[in-house]
Amino acid sequence: MAYSRVVPRSTPLLDIHKSSGGRIVEFAGWLMPVQYSGIIDEHKTVRTAVGLFDVSHMGEVFFAGPRAVEAVQRVVTTEVGRLRDGEAVYTVICRPTGGIVDDCIVYRRRQDQLFIVVNASNEVKDYTWLAENAGGIARVTNRSADFALIAVQGPKAVATLCKLTKLDLPAVKYFGLVDGEIAGMKVTAARTGYTGEDGFEVFTSPVDAPKMWGALMEAGKEFGVKPAGLGARDTLRLEARMCLYGNDITDETTPLEAGLNWVVKLDAGDFIGREALQKQKAGGVRRKLVGFVIRERAIARHGYPILAPEAARRAAPSAAEGVRGAAEGRSERSERAPDGPPGSIGVVTSGTSSPTLGYSIGMGYVPTELSQPGQKILCDCRGKLASAEIVKGPFYKRPA
Amino acid sequence: MSDAYPAELLYTKDHEWARVEGPAATIGITRFAVDQLGDITMVELPKEGATFKRGDVIGTVESVKAVSDIYAPLSGKVVKVNDVLENSPEYLNQDPYDEGWMIQIELSDQAELKDLMDATAYVALVEEHGE
Repeated sequence: MAYSRVVPRSTPLLDIHKSSGGRIVEFAGWLMPVQYSGIIDEHKTVRTAVGLFDVSHMGEVFFAGPRAVEAVQRVVTTEVGRLRDGEAVYTVICRPTGGIVDDCIVYRRRQDQLFIVVNASNEVKDYTWLAENAGGIARVTNRSADFALIAVQGPKAVATLCKLTKLDLPAVKYFGLVDGEIAGMKVTAARTGYTGEDGFEVFTSPVDAPKMWGALMEAGKEFGVKPAGLGARDTLRLEARMCLYGNDITDETTPLEAGLNWVVKLDAGDFIGREALQKQKAGGVRRKLVGFVIRERAIARHGYPILAPEAARRAAPSAAEGVRGAAEGRSERSERAPDGPPGSIGVVTSGTSSPTLGYSIGMGYVPTELSQPGQKILCDCRGKLASAEIVKGPFYKRPA
Repeated sequence: MSDAYPAELLYTKDHEWARVEGPAATIGITRFAVDQLGDITMVELPKEGATFKRGDVIGTVESVKAVSDIYAPLSGKVVKVNDVLENSPEYLNQDPYDEGWMIQIELSDQAELKDLMDATAYVALVEEHGE
């Protein structure tokens, strides 16, 4: 295992990425395309037409056996029993502390077979965790190497796929999955994604993946399909206000702090972390993950401190000194993220210039009492204090 | 290569370029730099009249992906700033050497010029980075 971390892994589509102009970077131990034509161009293509993402680096952990549902319920916070065959749900895996091991999607194929798609960066950690904590009552296997995964996303995603299959994809509900053939290849197709657009994620065998990619590129041509990389994936998910593990949610943050209350069903069963989350819910969370917009010329990025609005008045003569000034008398605050450095009230966890909206957006943790929509905060953008406003819900919602 | 890295410019290892015209030099960042950054969404440049020494941070460039400092390739005083970049930062991606110029400075030390690279040396450096 240690060895596999040193040598980056490649998906079955790496050669295609290279030959079609993708810029390859190492991400979570994988060689992945970060961009092709440019992040903004790819981003807009997904918002207006259709884009293809290679997400084969994601991990797939299978739960099999008569107690598979019960096994999954032990490790996730949603009510797994509510899933019917062919349904999926977004949820989180928690530690006994309530801290998040990973966020994931649970797919139920049959009552005795479910699988969880986990983040590439957490594949080994998750598999170990899942096997240790649920392995006693179901067969838990890491089948990540058995699948390639292509996300087809955008308003023309379904039209693109429909050209290649007899499956009634338009009839598949959001977060539904079907087995069948696309372009003559065996697939599982799920109406899920990480972009805020309609679309499917298509699981294929690694051997078929290059052919599938080619077929999708060909079928999508009339709609202006483009390959898209990790860069656009990040800006798209942030506009849709979806969390990125490692940035917005970590082992140190709970789903209640992250605003993922809707995935925490305390009466779902005796899952790991339930007690801690119950206690936290009863007592109230101390900090909350919020979305914010910046309408001046500044981009708040991961790790930048968030300051209380009144810090601006103390900021003289330079912003950097203002930060130090604000630090006085507040040094009791923990230095550990996501509380931010001394003097700050929190920390930015994700931020970018939104390609769709044309201004800066971001997410970060702030004290609960300062987390209401409309609340003004300051982001310390490398010494320059930028005024930000907390907003509710996704930054971007696709037209209905 | 000649298009990507014009022969008449001088370069730094930090991927800035300088076009020297007598006592003045126009400064920007190279094709390699803008390609690495990706889509540039914001540029911060110094004000006219500002003076700085070689190696000082004179501004920042933010792309969708990351933020980078710009270092002064030469010492001097800012005499002109390309204000157009404030509202059209994409010019940097499209044309880093002409429309994407950043500032013009009055050189304070001509002797520094000999420390910059010519296009051939810079291309060799860029190729080492694997591009």
